[in-house]
Order: sequence, then C-alpha cells, then structure tokens
Amino acid sequence: MTQARVIGGGVAGLCVATELVARGCEVTVFDPSPRPGPHGCSWWAGGMLAPFCEGETAEEPVVRLGQEAADWWERQGVTVHRQGTLVLALGRDRRELDRFARRVTGHEMLDPAALAAMEPDLEGRFDRALHVTGEAHLDPRAALIHLRDRLEQAGVRFMAEPGRPAGLTFECRGLAARDALPDLRGVKGEMAVLRSADIRLTRPIRLLHPRYPLYVVPRADGLFMLGATQIESDDRRRSVRSALELLSAAYALHPAFGEAELVEIGADARPAFPDNLPRLVKRGETIHVNGLFRHGFLLAPALARMAVAAACDGIKPEFWHEDHD
Amino acid sequence: MQLYGSEIASRLMLGTAQYPSPSVLTEAFRRSGAGIATVSVRREAGNERAGAAFWDLVRDLDVALLPNTAGCHSVREAVTTAQMARELFDTPWIKLEVIGHADTLQPDPFGLVEAARILTDEGFKVFPYTTEDVVLAGRLLGAGCEVLMPWGAPIGTGLGLTNIYGLRTLRAQFPEVPMVVDAGLGLPSQAAMAMEMGFDAVLLNTAVAKAGDPAAMAEGFAGAVEAGRLAFEADPMEPRDMAAPSTPLIGKAFLE
Repeated sequence: MTQARVIGGGVAGLCVATELVARGCEVTVFDPSPRPGPHGCSWWAGGMLAPFCEGETAEEPVVRLGQEAADWWERQGVTVHRQGTLVLALGRDRRELDRFARRVTGHEMLDPAALAAMEPDLEGRFDRALHVTGEAHLDPRAALIHLRDRLEQAGVRFMAEPGRPAGLTFECRGLAARDALPDLRGVKGEMAVLRSADIRLTRPIRLLHPRYPLYVVPRADGLFMLGATQIESDDRRRSVRSALELLSAAYALHPAFGEAELVEIGADARPAFPDNLPRLVKRGETIHVNGLFRHGFLLAPALARMAVAAACDGIKPEFWHEDHD
Repeated sequence: MQLYGSEIASRLMLGTAQYPSPSVLTEAFRRSGAGIATVSVRREAGNERAGAAFWDLVRDLDVALLPNTAGCHSVREAVTTAQMARELFDTPWIKLEVIGHADTLQPDPFGLVEAARILTDEGFKVFPYTTEDVVLAGRLLGAGCEVLMPWGAPIGTGLGLTNIYGLRTLRAQFPEVPMVVDAGLGLPSQAAMAMEMGFDAVLLNTAVAKAGDPAAMAEGFAGAVEAGRLAFEADPMEPRDMAAPSTPLIGKAFLE
C-alpha cells in the first residue's frame, strides 16, 4: 500500500487526504492543531460553491473546475444545498446587475413576483434579481469536521509534528508555505456571522455594490454568514471599517439584519499566486497544493483529484509546475 | 512631460486597485505603456507592513510610483498617510486626497489646501486631487503645489468630463501648470477629449480595472491619450457653421 503524507489539515489537505484514501493509500495528516478550527483560513470561508458568479472576475479554469465541487462534497456525505445564487443590486446601482449578467453565464432574470416566490422575505425590496442556477452552498465548518471524522474512521492518522520529510508528500499549508513558495501572497478576507429569527433565506445572496459588495450565506439555526472583503494584505486583524461595511451592506439588503445578534467577526489571509489561480508545484517527492485564494471549497476537490492523479498515475495536470533544483 | 522636474514619457497614469488579479494588473500596465502607477497605502496598512507582497508586485511594474492618500477624510489622516507612504515607497511624491463628502467622494477644498501646505513644508511633492475650481487651484499653487489633478467626474463613476466649461477655464487660467485629469473617466473617448483640451495627462483606475478585459481597455486608453495629445499639438481647426468643400467645386458641372 502506498504511503503518503499530507501536511496541513485545512480544506486543501483534507480533500487531498480524502482522494488518497479513495486510492487505497495509507495516509498521515500533519497539522499542529488537532481539529479544524479558527487557526486555518478554511474556517472563515463562506462555503459558496458558485463557479458561475466567480466567473465575473475569475479566470476560466475556476468556472470549469468549480463545477465539480458540489457533486464531490455530496459524495463525501456533506450536506450540499443546491438552490442557486441570487444576485441583487440596490436602486441606484441597478446597472451593476446588467454588467454582472453580461459577464456571467447560467442565469435567469427574475421579476419581483418570481423573486418573492423564491425568497419571500425579499418581497417588494428589489424590482428584479438574477438567479444563477446550478450553484450550491455548504456549511464549511461542518464540511471540514465531517471530512476529518471520515478520514479518521478510514484509518488516517493525524499528527502534530511532520518530522523529517520522507516519501510522497502533499504540502497543503496555505500561506504558511510562503517560505517555500515566495510567489504566494496573503489576501485578507473579513466576515461576520449574524443570528436572526426575523428573516429566512434559502440560498446565498450577492449584493452588488460599487464600493461595498456583500454576500450573505444562510446557515442552519438562523445563522447568516456575511462576507467578504478582499484586501491585499496578510494582516489578520478584524478592522472596524470592514465590519462597518459588511454590516451596513447587510442592513441595506434587509433591515431585519439591524436587529440580528452579532455572533462572530472573523478575518484571515487567503493564499494566492499573482494570477489568483492555484498551483500544483512538484519538488522532489513533494507536491505543493496551494494558492486556492477565495476558492478553497470550490477548487480544492478538483485540485486534490489532479494532485493525486499526478502522483499515482504520472499525469501532468493543469496548474502543474515542476521545479528542478 | 515634466512633473516636479522628472521626465515622464507616457501621459497615461493608472491606478492599481480593483483588478481581478495582480497578473491582470501587470498585463494592463504592459499594454498601456503607462508611466506612473498610483498606489493606495491606507487600506493595506496594518502591522508589520502586511501589504508588502502586493507592493512588491507594484514595484515590479517598473514605472514611477505615485502613492496616494485615498480614503482619507481629514488633514491629519492625509498627512500621516503621506508620511507613511514616503517611508514605504521612498519617494517625496504624494497624490493628496482629502475627501470631504462620503457619497460623492468630492475633495474637501479647505482640508486639501491645509494638507498641501503642511506636506510641501515637509518637502513633499504634492499632486492634489482637486475639483475644476479656479480659486481652489490658485490656493493650491500658493500652497506650493506644482501639479494639479482636477477631477473629470466623481471617483469611479465613469461619467467623463462633467464640467467642460470649468475644466477649460482652469486650463486657460494656468497654462504653465502641469494638469492631470484624474477620476471619473469611463471611456477612451473621454480621455481623448481631456487631452484635446490641453490637459497634460490623465489618471484612471476603475475604467480599466473593472472592464471585462482590463488589458485591452488599458491599450484603448493609451491610444486615445496619444490621439488626443497629437490633436492638441496639431492646433485643430475651429468648428464653423458654413460647409467648406475640401475639394474645389470650380470646373464641376452644377447638375450631374
């Protein structure tokens, strides 16, 4: 049985470990923290599986490979909500919706009645909306914990210290791998979690705004995740400015958010390469899986599949970089 | 074109914010041939120079860097940001923004003059983001500014030159002062118009960064800026009401 080591227990590492186990490998995952939690930037993710919406600014591979994600997560037993995404713009920004519609595929324009049928709590607040079908969302924290538990049940060992490098290794440390991948940079994202019993949403909402774009992802128990700022910085402080922007935009989306409980504010820096696309970098027996940027849950399944296929089948996949020392 | 004694080859300046990725930003600069990049220090400034990775990418563009005080709403904030920018980018140049109105991002004329004076006294070369107001322009020059950056329209609106009369007046009042139309441009034709009016350069960001193909739009703007400048230097004809045939009519039959 092939032995493989995975360094890093975030979304990239856990997806790679899952793919390795599926291939019958004997896997050890190394991470200083024993459980998924606030130390890793996957913890702060929105959990939107929205390849088409991301295509507004992201390159083509994100749209194509991201379409694998919802099925992959569902196959692992994670609850995936397939309700699509609703894209909205406030009155004076309504032309933003036209621009978005031009640049994104797989959508239908809704009139107020269709919007009200889809999300009754938004009735009367918007004169039109874009429904991007074929998109989904999940609870990222539940998904991480689920993958971790399944791997443990499958006999995967979790250890804190990687020790000396030996054998086939998948390096999935995210921004912490900057010592080995100097092109990596941090892109800060800030989020908030609110709880409200006054509003119900069944699908992620994207509110287009020239200054303060917002997305709201509904989670169980009346929780709503608000995200996410995108700032060129590896700083992890939670700033008042970003909190103000997120909360103001949420309030503009629906005044009920003004009465919501502020459960959590979080921030982390996401690992990105200059083109904001991921990379698989092979060095000796190590394959780096990194640079997932704001597309961790969206792209990690495809990257994991490609990285493991490269190691096991000798295929050189997309995003493949081979370093010769 | 001389700005504070430095020769700048291109009359197009680009901002560095809001691009889909640093790679797209780099490609946009390459195709635009822009000579100056503005860079915002305020938003990224955290502990331990947290935005360093992005700034390194901007430095690699190999163009002159003009740090700005974007998003500053007070004199004190703008002065502190300018001092930080000088440390970070090792340049006395500063594009001074003091915002007076949150919704329109209109400059605060009073704060702008005060901040310009403070910074000039500290040895900065100040590029003030201003309106087309000639009185304000005079005060800024009096405060030591040697370049002016009047707006075309509010930042990020893409409305073009909303007060052509005001901009013409400003240009005519201070013919020797280098002026850069900054903000509000959405299309290359608007940039060409500013250049035809005799402005020395244009600065834009959103129009390129938020285009579907930023690099193509950057090249489009570069062509427009060059066209507009050539037209200005070529002394364009005056419009007239009477049609004047460009080939003589003599010798041609009246009825064909």
